[in-house]
Amino acid sequence: MIAALIIVFREVFEAGLIIGIVLAVTRTVRHRNQWIGGGVLVGVLAACLVAVFAGALSDLFAGMGQELFNAAILTIAVVMLTWHNVWMARHGSEMAGELRAAGQAVVEGSKSLLALAVVVGVAVLREGSEVVLFLYGVVAARSDTGWDVALGGLVGLALGALVTLLTYFGLVRIPTRALFTTTTILIALLAAGMAAQAAAFLEKANWLTALDNVVWDSGWLLSDSSILGKALHTLIGYTDQPTAMQLVVYVTILAVTLVLMRLYGAPVKQAAAARG
Amino acid sequence: MSLSRMLSKAALLAAAALLAVSATGAANAQSATEIQLSYKDKKFDPAEISAPANTPIVIKLKNLDAKAMEFESKTLKVEKVVAASSDATINVRAQKPGRYEFFDEYNEKVARGALVIK
Repeated sequence: MIAALIIVFREVFEAGLIIGIVLAVTRTVRHRNQWIGGGVLVGVLAACLVAVFAGALSDLFAGMGQELFNAAILTIAVVMLTWHNVWMARHGSEMAGELRAAGQAVVEGSKSLLALAVVVGVAVLREGSEVVLFLYGVVAARSDTGWDVALGGLVGLALGALVTLLTYFGLVRIPTRALFTTTTILIALLAAGMAAQAAAFLEKANWLTALDNVVWDSGWLLSDSSILGKALHTLIGYTDQPTAMQLVVYVTILAVTLVLMRLYGAPVKQAAAARG
Repeated sequence: MSLSRMLSKAALLAAAALLAVSATGAANAQSATEIQLSYKDKKFDPAEISAPANTPIVIKLKNLDAKAMEFESKTLKVEKVVAASSDATINVRAQKPGRYEFFDEYNEKVARGALVIK
């Protein structure tokens, strides 16, 4: 039971963190629970589909289907997160301020919610398919330990939900003004980390061979398979053996986010004047 | 020059450099060492494989079980789901000499093996 608990928890941990952040980001937005819940649900269904077709998916692109699929969905999540940050730079003040309930803000708000729901769906899908395959294997074996493993899996899932709650309540304790800045930075780092992960998958598929030298090895200090290492891996893209390409991609995404936020984010004063 | 303009330029330069390097990088990929490995009843066969240092490695893994497994190695940075009764190709980048353990994540305690780089 403990083994099953650990396997399931390890897989849902990352999704749990991401859902917690997204919930904190959207805490003032109406109907956010339906959107985020929908994202989770679609993610679970997609995970089941991916698990069923795992063999076929693997065989695509000369056996590199899994890696390319992961790189593709991570890229989608990076685009969504970046878009959300840029969008918030423009509309954040309206949303947080007295105009929160204004019709336009709500309509616009749901656009941003869709982007974040996609991010949640992707997070659930990525790790979920491995959980599905694991649990299915146990159930298919019809051994006496089936129930024991199922129970372990459920507890692991519950612990994942606990990670979500802790992340959420940890973040919403931050005062509103500081919270906006905090989540903006968190999301930018999350996106950069995911982009670097996507690059790592392309490297594993041999689609990306440039700059594949490992720049440093900090495994002795903090292994990225330890709990703290794993949390940092999800949150800021920490990896103990990054390649030059992963670092370049990471920095590029951060720079692009910053540039886009400055280019498209309307200065608060001007926006207020335009509204008035 | 404003900060955002400087950053846009930096981002553009980085993108251009990336393109240039990836174009040349594809041409000088080294030939890889190919290793056959099979998995059945929570055992890798052979349990220990070896490869020369500083060349890329390709592991051809056959999962002979009727269950999916997940080939994982923390030190090699590999994680790959292999569906029931199917084959998988795992690319491992060139490594320094040493012993690198791998395992089936679904049966971590018993299903273990190692890649020895000489």
